Amino acid sequence: MSHQPVKFYQTGTFTVGNRLLAPEERSVQASAKRFNSINSGHRACQGCGEALGARYAIDAAMEASHGQLVCANATGCLEVFSTPYPETSWQLPWIHSLFGNAAAVATGIAAAMKVKSIKAGKGPVPATRVVAQGGDGGTTDIGFGCLSGMFERNDDVLYICYDNGGYMNTGVQRSSATPPAARTATTMAVGPEPGNVFGQGKFVPAIAVAHEIPYVATATVADLRDLEAKVKKAMTIRGARYIHILVPCPLGWGAASHETIKLARLAKETGVFPVFEAEHGEITGSLKIRRKLPVEEYLRPQKRYAHLFGKQPRVEVIARLQALADRNVKKYGLLDGGTL
Amino acid sequence: MLKQCEGSHAVAEAVALCRPEVICAYPISPQTHIVEGLGEMVKGGELKDCEFINVESEFAAMSVAIGSSAAGARTYTATASQGLLFMAEAVYNASGLGLPIVMTVANRAIGAPINIWNDHTDALSQRDAGWLQIFAENNQEAVDLHIQAFRLAEELSLPVMVCMDGFILTHAYERVDIPSQEQVDAYLPPYEPRQVLDPQAPVSIGAMVGPEAFMEVRYLAHAKQMQALERIPEYAAEFKAVFGRDSGGLCHTYQAEGADTLIVAMGSVLGTIKDVVDEMREAGHKIGVLGITLFRPFPIKQVRDALHRAKRVVVLEKSLAVGLGGIVSTNVRMALSALPIDVYTVVAGLGGRAITKRSLHALFRKAEKDDIDAVSFLDLNHALVDKHLAREKAHRRSGPVAEALLREVGTVAAKIA
Repeated sequence: MSHQPVKFYQTGTFTVGNRLLAPEERSVQASAKRFNSINSGHRACQGCGEALGARYAIDAAMEASHGQLVCANATGCLEVFSTPYPETSWQLPWIHSLFGNAAAVATGIAAAMKVKSIKAGKGPVPATRVVAQGGDGGTTDIGFGCLSGMFERNDDVLYICYDNGGYMNTGVQRSSATPPAARTATTMAVGPEPGNVFGQGKFVPAIAVAHEIPYVATATVADLRDLEAKVKKAMTIRGARYIHILVPCPLGWGAASHETIKLARLAKETGVFPVFEAEHGEITGSLKIRRKLPVEEYLRPQKRYAHLFGKQPRVEVIARLQALADRNVKKYGLLDGGTL
Repeated sequence: MLKQCEGSHAVAEAVALCRPEVICAYPISPQTHIVEGLGEMVKGGELKDCEFINVESEFAAMSVAIGSSAAGARTYTATASQGLLFMAEAVYNASGLGLPIVMTVANRAIGAPINIWNDHTDALSQRDAGWLQIFAENNQEAVDLHIQAFRLAEELSLPVMVCMDGFILTHAYERVDIPSQEQVDAYLPPYEPRQVLDPQAPVSIGAMVGPEAFMEVRYLAHAKQMQALERIPEYAAEFKAVFGRDSGGLCHTYQAEGADTLIVAMGSVLGTIKDVVDEMREAGHKIGVLGITLFRPFPIKQVRDALHRAKRVVVLEKSLAVGLGGIVSTNVRMALSALPIDVYTVVAGLGGRAITKRSLHALFRKAEKDDIDAVSFLDLNHALVDKHLAREKAHRRSGPVAEALLREVGTVAAKIA
């Protein structure tokens, strides 16, 4: 991609303003007709990035499908805080089956919708769409087999992963999406190499790209207009689609509730989390870093990295994390003049 | 229509006649021929309005089935052995959600040691999973039970497992009467789900339930299974009215009149047992048979009624509750509680060990004299076992058990006693 479209920002600020946009480009959430797919009153923590991400993502998918949407949800925080019977926040048909099978359940729903559409004489492309969603544990670890199967069959499912870098629902344990050096309950900040080890883990968006599915994107809850645009774009496409959203977790990250969006923005501005799009196995563009910041800016406000900033700061560990961010910048072309 | 065909193919035809809308499958012997047949019918356009999905695991197969069934589609899958265990979490989930999925289990042993041959360990491991479990005696019954299974599952909103012996039935060519589409349509109405993922009327399915209602949810699962005990004979009677033959039901006696000794079994081995009993009856022995068709829910009253006049009951089962003895026999003992009847557990045919008429003649004659143990193992090679136990006593590093035994046996082939 040769140019960087500035989608939503006013010049020189991070303020998002609908008034600068044509009505058809205004955000879903700004509309009084938004679906409120996940209603208020749920039990998410204050400052929960996942609740915010889910609200924007599912409402955007609902708008794109004209309300003809079914959701399969993996076990996890999102499932638990949104639903204990007799209450439910979901204003769309929603099913929770197991921790590791959301993608496969969604495949089954999509197959049923296709048959029903054919039987109703409306052809093999059903109006009712299917979204599956889960956290990073349910996606990158226990649900990975089903996810990969859904990808390779190119089933007509949009899978959304809300990545907060660990098993927060069970008390902040390490997942394969936990970043290096981060403290979790199973990678404690003790011993000579405190926190999660380097050289492990996986970046599932890149693995999704390797499946050559029609559409892959990453996003953060700092750029909600970008997130909405990506969900809407995904809904214009048939086949397997994957959106991976970085959602800070105040509990697991040891961060103030009001810093959720700031941390998500810092993850992107430091290069820690690359925000990009890919189609059919090719990366088509990335959201550029506006002002490159050192990773320390991102790490320091989070208690999960507090062991790096003690009396004797672990400068060599911070340098390794900086090198990983710099690698992302180069690999995904996050600065002008990148490799893309 | 009468035809000579493989059991798997007959079942595939029966399932197709039930107009399934979503079929998902992962290959595992000896179930594969069933889904191969269905896959060909879908791809060739013979089975219309049906999606056939090749999934990446049995866990995914049952998960896809959960999704499609919850979305209101008539859903079928098939598995066996390790596959059933691999999907176990989703097996419980499907019944917990009350989804009327029909699944064939082509019964096969569970490893280790890996073994592809028939016994009932796989299905019986899931006996408490909340599925109805029906065991076919022959391929005609396998065909008929699948048609009844969809009716039962959808009426009760519970999943049904139709169990048929791997290889012995799935790969056997027998004369089978395949019903017509008109007959099946007359018997099996279109699927009307009790709950469905429908954007016009959104519901949340599968949310968390705490201690305040979990007991009641589970009790209802039990109560609904118990309802099946009344419905199954009704559906079997309706089946006879449409198709003109007896199939299904709860349990069936054979030559049981005046029998002092009754043999209880499930599945295809009933054929061999009945032949032996016929021969023994001719020789004047007071012996008969009870075949259990429905294992879950367990027809306690009907089993008790069938067995209560006997002096002794021999349960011949292709399963082993390690550390206890039998599984089927434990259920039979419960049905006979407080009655002065000796119940013998005979574990037989594990991992495809042939159950021969000769062995059964010898077993039943000894049983008539109460000359067998409470728990025994048909045609077990005691010398082989004793030799290995001695080896373990002599050497700390005695090596893999299975390898040591096979070295002694010295053959790689089906063993017929």
